[in-house]
Amino acid sequence: MTAPKKEFRVLSATAILGYGFPEASFREGLRRRPHLIGADAGSTDPGPYYLGAGKSFTDRSAVKRDLRFMLTAGIRRGIPVVIGTAGGSGARPHVDWCEAIVRETAAEEKLTFKMAVIYSDMDKARVRRHLRKGEIVPLSCVPPLTEAVLDESVNIVAQMGVEPIRKALAAGCQVVLAGRAYDPAVFAALPITLGYDPGLALHMGKILECAAIAATPGSGADCAFGRLRGDSFVLESPNPKRRFTRVSTAAHTLYEKSDPYHLPGPGGELDLTGCSFTELPGGRVEVRGSRHVGTDRYWVKLEGVRRAGFRTIAVSGTRDPIMIREIDPVLAGVEAQVRDILRAERIEGRIRFHVYGRDGVMGALEPVKTVRGHELGIVIEAVGPTQAAADSACSLARSTLLHYGYPGRISTAGNLALPFSPSDARMGEVYEFSVYHLMPLARPDGFPARTVTVRGGKERK
Amino acid sequence: MRRSILTAATVVRSKNSGPYELTLDILFKDRARFELFRRRGVVTRRRIAALYRRPAADILKIVYFEPSNALKITMRRPIPSGDAGETDIYGAQQHAPLLGLTY
Repeated sequence: MTAPKKEFRVLSATAILGYGFPEASFREGLRRRPHLIGADAGSTDPGPYYLGAGKSFTDRSAVKRDLRFMLTAGIRRGIPVVIGTAGGSGARPHVDWCEAIVRETAAEEKLTFKMAVIYSDMDKARVRRHLRKGEIVPLSCVPPLTEAVLDESVNIVAQMGVEPIRKALAAGCQVVLAGRAYDPAVFAALPITLGYDPGLALHMGKILECAAIAATPGSGADCAFGRLRGDSFVLESPNPKRRFTRVSTAAHTLYEKSDPYHLPGPGGELDLTGCSFTELPGGRVEVRGSRHVGTDRYWVKLEGVRRAGFRTIAVSGTRDPIMIREIDPVLAGVEAQVRDILRAERIEGRIRFHVYGRDGVMGALEPVKTVRGHELGIVIEAVGPTQAAADSACSLARSTLLHYGYPGRISTAGNLALPFSPSDARMGEVYEFSVYHLMPLARPDGFPARTVTVRGGKERK
Repeated sequence: MRRSILTAATVVRSKNSGPYELTLDILFKDRARFELFRRRGVVTRRRIAALYRRPAADILKIVYFEPSNALKITMRRPIPSGDAGETDIYGAQQHAPLLGLTY
């Protein structure tokens, strides 16, 4: 197919749905007559909890606010709206959560439209079949998947490519709400259908998915605008306070990637070895030479987590120079004492101290081994198989540390400053990543989808 | 006299690259500083491993990216994001040892 001559314009509302954007930026973006309004809504960055618990890491009212602008503009002007990784992690509970917000907004704004809801949940039996055939491949630094780990895992999702979104748009859906999706697919699906080069479309999507983070000054809470052409794409900021520069754009290509020249995604990789970034007047950057190279088999990334227990924490600090000097043996002593008591009481639980001022930030990677500060922050963390076990372990660790007698101690009334009452806070379920592997997919568009007509007008009658 | 990285770089940062890897970026002010730094061969797998107290095998990639005058170092996370013992879920505060580099 030859590349279309006209440009394809994309308004990316914000870096993550719910992070917000200035209304003026969005209006200016609309004035530039986009063919697509999109937003990526998720990430694994906030950690395993959100996928496991089925909760969003973004606030409901903030997501609703962003959706209100996108939906009203999209439906009233006939511009498709695509949301990827709905609800933050893109599993069924996240997608359903986001759908409820869309429906609520449609009712309030009297919007009627056809919507596709695409799920990305991956059935365990299907993963197991591939596992037994040796077709589940761990990503870098990830241990091989075992059936035992698979059994314990919950909310396994596959990261969809452009295909299911293309299918939904081809069916005439004005709004696409996708589960876990490759971030650029949100922006690239429609132009690829229209015949634009997949390499350029996906690379533009890769930058637009983080919206104004790739501009300078960068922001996670502002819009970005892209113009896709036959052999290049141009990025610009609808906000006059920001601009795209060669460095800001190229720098973003590095962001959160292991290798800036080769960016793997569903069904292939973006090859940026021949890529050029050219500054244009008006704070714009033109990118050329991005290529998409498909792989023989179509591989998708699976993400899944397993529950590791429950957590309770206590925040505390010390200002005592002798205690600070003795901090390592003090904490080792407390830990041993707590471990013995928990064992005797048959409470399963594990405690850990996060010592700010020593290595609270870097842990094992911390090269500085001497403590120089006049105070230390100590977060007591307890994890157990039940919330009650975690509560008991945290409480015991806190009281033991508070009154622990160490060599040279002269402050005998208590070792800790506790800023809060209650001192201990329940953190709830703890999850850890358990699946982060590639799996081959015979039908890249075969993600289960529902097409619904949202009748906002009638519900408000 | 050796120069501090702080006089040559506009950005020194760390971030997750997925839950299992940590990636460190140094963006240089201009091509000349980028080229000089690269020529000096300051960053090696062994050097980064020593700075972060990891085995050299954990330093996965060292890539110079010319379009943004940048150096990218990718390493294995000591523990995956969110696992027991985690200190930095986003991996966004693991850059400080690089600030002591000279060239």
